[in-house]
Amino acid sequence: MDYQFDFSFLATSWGDILAGVWLTIRMSVLSIALGFAAGAAFAVTRVYGRPWARRTVAWYVDLIRNTPLVIQAFWLFFGLAALHIRVPALTAAVFALVINVAAYTTEIIRAGIESIPKGQLEAAECLGLKRWRVIWHVILPQAVEKMYPSLISQFVLMMLATSIMSQISAEELTAIGYRIQSETFRGFEIYIVIAVVYLVLSWLLRLIMEQGARLAFPRRRRLSGQE
Amino acid sequence: MQGITIDHLLFIFKGAGWTIVLSALGFIGGALLGLPVALVRSSRNPWLARGTGFFVQLVQGIPLPVIMFVVYFGISIAGFDLPALVAAGLALTAYAGAYLGEIWKGCIQAVPRTQWEAAQCLALTPAQTAFHVILPQAGRIAIPPTVGFLVQIVKNSSYAVVIGFFDLTYSSRVVNNSTFEPFIVFTIAALIYFAMCYPLSRLAARLESKYQKR
Repeated sequence: MDYQFDFSFLATSWGDILAGVWLTIRMSVLSIALGFAAGAAFAVTRVYGRPWARRTVAWYVDLIRNTPLVIQAFWLFFGLAALHIRVPALTAAVFALVINVAAYTTEIIRAGIESIPKGQLEAAECLGLKRWRVIWHVILPQAVEKMYPSLISQFVLMMLATSIMSQISAEELTAIGYRIQSETFRGFEIYIVIAVVYLVLSWLLRLIMEQGARLAFPRRRRLSGQE
Repeated sequence: MQGITIDHLLFIFKGAGWTIVLSALGFIGGALLGLPVALVRSSRNPWLARGTGFFVQLVQGIPLPVIMFVVYFGISIAGFDLPALVAAGLALTAYAGAYLGEIWKGCIQAVPRTQWEAAQCLALTPAQTAFHVILPQAGRIAIPPTVGFLVQIVKNSSYAVVIGFFDLTYSSRVVNNSTFEPFIVFTIAALIYFAMCYPLSRLAARLESKYQKR
């Protein structure tokens, strides 16, 4: 193979790459925060809501988890365009990502809620706490504490999935890579660079979230219910 | 439905056929790659275990669309002119191999240690132990999560659209571009994906609860 590797495009386009990284980070942080909040709310609805609300959430979760993110994003992005609603690509992308990741978060937190022993609920009710206070102060914190490793993995996967938003013209890291590729014809080199950047991003994200979880749940207690 | 004709529908279904082909390729390739990964990952040789661990971390830390691009451009600079199906199949193989390797490693480790010790007492060689004692038991444990992962493969095969592979995502986008009926077109595409994935999801859930009862 007499191919000459050429990374010289980095000298001129590192600024673009950084801009792409920045958009990827903003998109991820927004979607994680909103998706986590929506997922927690849906999970509570799924377990404690009225029958019709439970069924609706179950349907939503099944629908989202059994169709690809790309199709969901296309549906939303091209659909909004057909309705003549103009939104920036970033808004549409975040919206699609939140709808997507909230479904997975719902399932994870629901599993956490269901693993909390009934005694916790009964004890809280004996103390005269209102229903929503029990959920907010007793159920949700424990459910999240129990499931945070799964949540972190899911959020890292979601950060990686932002790369597909290049398909709806969000100028994030992968889209920048494609543009540089079409200008320099150095497709292999640029995507090696992009891959390394994503690797670093996913390691950093995992590290930050694990440290955050350690701060949020300082007592390394063994949660009741198992063993 | 004003703009959608039977021809459009057939075109979308043709894409769905290629989605199935690509998913099958990804699963077969992923299984062929994942089994040695799982075996080496659970071996006692720290260097081998670390090497495959590095591969798994690499694949799990890079988005699949980017892996698709790297393989696609890598093939072209290596001097081959192959259809996008090959690049997409190889990328999906690497992806599925890493994840299946991790899943199956967990299944191998779920087989109780005493099984290894008993096999050793019977003077079985490590290879005999692996193939006659451990793998048959790990295989049973592995069925539900493997079926569940098939759903991921079908869904993630849609990422091949970035390198222009003609699958369900690609065909539905083409039809949308010519008819501009995004809600109809992408709802149809979503329903086709759902029809492929939902039965697998249910099957995985059913197998899992059946296994846990035992």
